Amino acid sequence: MGLLIKNAKIINADKEHNQLQDIHLDKGKIVKIGPSIKVDGAKTIDVKGKLVMPGLIDIHVHLREPGREDKETIETGSMAAAKGGFTTIMCMPNTRPVIDNCMIAEQIIDEAKRVGLTNVIPIGAITKGQKDEELVDMFELKEAGCLALSDDGKSVVNSQLMRMAMEYAKMADILLIEHCEDPLLSAGGSMNEGEQSTRLGLKGDPYISESVIVSRDIELAKYLDARVHFAHMSTRRCVELIRFAKSQGIKVTAEACPHHFTLTDEAVGTFSTSAKMNPPLRTQDDIEAIKEGIKDGTIDCIVTDHAPHTKEDKEVEFDHAPFGIIGLETSVGLTISELVRPKILSWCEMVDRMSTAPAKIVGLANKGVIQEGADADITIIDPELEWEFKLEEIVSKSKNSPFIGRKFKGGVDTTIFNGKIVYQI
Amino acid sequence: MTKSTVWTKSNLLDLHDYSKEEIEMILETAKSFKEISSRQVKKVPALRGKTIVTLFFEPSTRTRASFELAAKRLSADTINIASSASSITKGESIVDTAKNIEAMNVDLIIVRHGSAGVPRVLAQNLKSSVVNAGDGCRSHPTQALLDMFTIVEEKREIKGLNVTIVGDILHSRVARSNMIGLIKLGANVTVCGPSTLMPIGIESYGVKVSYNVDEAIKDADVIMLLRLQLERQKEKFLPSVREYARKFGINNNRLAKAKSDVLIMHPGPTNRGVELSADVADGARSVILNQVTNGVAVRMAVLYLLLGVKKESKK
Repeated sequence: MGLLIKNAKIINADKEHNQLQDIHLDKGKIVKIGPSIKVDGAKTIDVKGKLVMPGLIDIHVHLREPGREDKETIETGSMAAAKGGFTTIMCMPNTRPVIDNCMIAEQIIDEAKRVGLTNVIPIGAITKGQKDEELVDMFELKEAGCLALSDDGKSVVNSQLMRMAMEYAKMADILLIEHCEDPLLSAGGSMNEGEQSTRLGLKGDPYISESVIVSRDIELAKYLDARVHFAHMSTRRCVELIRFAKSQGIKVTAEACPHHFTLTDEAVGTFSTSAKMNPPLRTQDDIEAIKEGIKDGTIDCIVTDHAPHTKEDKEVEFDHAPFGIIGLETSVGLTISELVRPKILSWCEMVDRMSTAPAKIVGLANKGVIQEGADADITIIDPELEWEFKLEEIVSKSKNSPFIGRKFKGGVDTTIFNGKIVYQI
Repeated sequence: MTKSTVWTKSNLLDLHDYSKEEIEMILETAKSFKEISSRQVKKVPALRGKTIVTLFFEPSTRTRASFELAAKRLSADTINIASSASSITKGESIVDTAKNIEAMNVDLIIVRHGSAGVPRVLAQNLKSSVVNAGDGCRSHPTQALLDMFTIVEEKREIKGLNVTIVGDILHSRVARSNMIGLIKLGANVTVCGPSTLMPIGIESYGVKVSYNVDEAIKDADVIMLLRLQLERQKEKFLPSVREYARKFGINNNRLAKAKSDVLIMHPGPTNRGVELSADVADGARSVILNQVTNGVAVRMAVLYLLLGVKKESKK
């Protein structure tokens, strides 16, 4: 019984297996890996020519449920995740109400289980109501199933409060994810501050709004010997700061999004609100630095910051539009075309940045690797697949993407979650 | 001069989209229209039967009046729609608002909006022509055109002139449009103002940057002053309006060290005693009221060219 994958070219973060293997999945686990496995009654798929990776993990997603189910639900977000090759996603707490207590966290987990297309892990807030005033009950959220806490959408601005959060989270052994943005420096900014914002007459958000908070948190982490993870890094300066911090043994980790290694602020030129996100699209120099950071591991993992918004919300004046774009369905395509094909990342490194490293950062045991005994979460990539990201094929409830119409080579062939095929092209 | 240029534009959104020849053609056309405004009967039938709407989301007296007079003197029918509310507070998208107006068979929409890019987004979605009457801090092309027209009137041509723009460059759509237009026509442009009101990367326009107004106006043929919004002090861009007036305000003392035939320009409304003294505003070198007069002629030229010459090609 179970599922049998024949002729699998297994790509783990540490090793690209040259010999084709068969993989037998049963009861949600990888039970056996080896040549020519025979299992009576098992559903069999032959994946010759494809790449078999541990299920991809995106630790930065907005699902909008509860509160803005018109933008996305756990169900539609799970569908987008499955299509995008993600078998685990972590959803940010800026829902309405905010995920700052166990009840909401548990509701999300229950609904995700009912849907059953991907593993959804809630991220709790750091401060109650994300108000930057009082800490949440961290142990309670952890016990409810949150593997990280974040006030994503904004920073914990109060430095003393962030100090307390880091000290307490260290004791509770839960990851803090910081959205790095000094709100006074970025106030009113709707794109990167630079030549382009000057030309477009839009108020800019200078890169220092990000690096000021990164610097502060590095100092706090060093002082407290505590851990912090930096969300969606977008600037060269931050890559440099994090590289320096890591060289000193400070416990920081970081993530970056495909749009931040693909597009520059030139994309704002048409005033398309699909080019508006936070942090904003930066410059070509920042793109180069993000790529270098991803290559040398300064940036540990790739996330989407999937941020669905309705057409009604997005089709307003550029400076009034909400921040964010959807990303789950384009992340693999962009990572392959921008990083793997140009040989910035090997396939193994792609697996590391999109599965193994994020699993390790948030402490997901049994995920991020294909081995006997691990969870039966597997993403099968077809490196030769030619496809176009078409508006009418988007499964996310919202369609706010600057990549509509983009053509890709290399994409998701099959997604297996918990031993079952949840997506097949 | 290129009278033979075939006019192809149906929108005026930003001077960036216009060639030197097209700008010159507008200025040339405006010359003949200026004469109409000095007649006893200030009206020609050039745009009879055309409908023009001004859609203003920001308060404006003179720009709106100038456009309306321009349209009326060309015999177009005009209506004015003023709305202070942003579309998001009304629940109707701005494109929707404009499409509703267009559905009444409107030929041209003149739009002013506090958000940069709105005229461009409207033009992408409408069949009618769109004229930008100011969008956020981005662009105010007809103001720059009337400024250039006024300069040409006084100085014959723009090529080789030293033009110094003084004031709050950061928030000024007038400065941005003038920089683009003046440089296309061959002027040497210097921008001068407090460092906190100087946008990042401004040099990329091809202008010189100065923080010393005496230096910046020394060799100027034209000094263009910008209105200082008094709330900039509260927004902490400036220590005080008083210090601004002292370091950047143009008075007769300061002007004594400039060229004797320098032109003083201001898009209005002026803060007398801040960016310029009353003496300077009313002095012999001031062409501030000429700018207002010329505004009508230039806007007539813009409307005429966009509507009168070639409308059919627009889908």
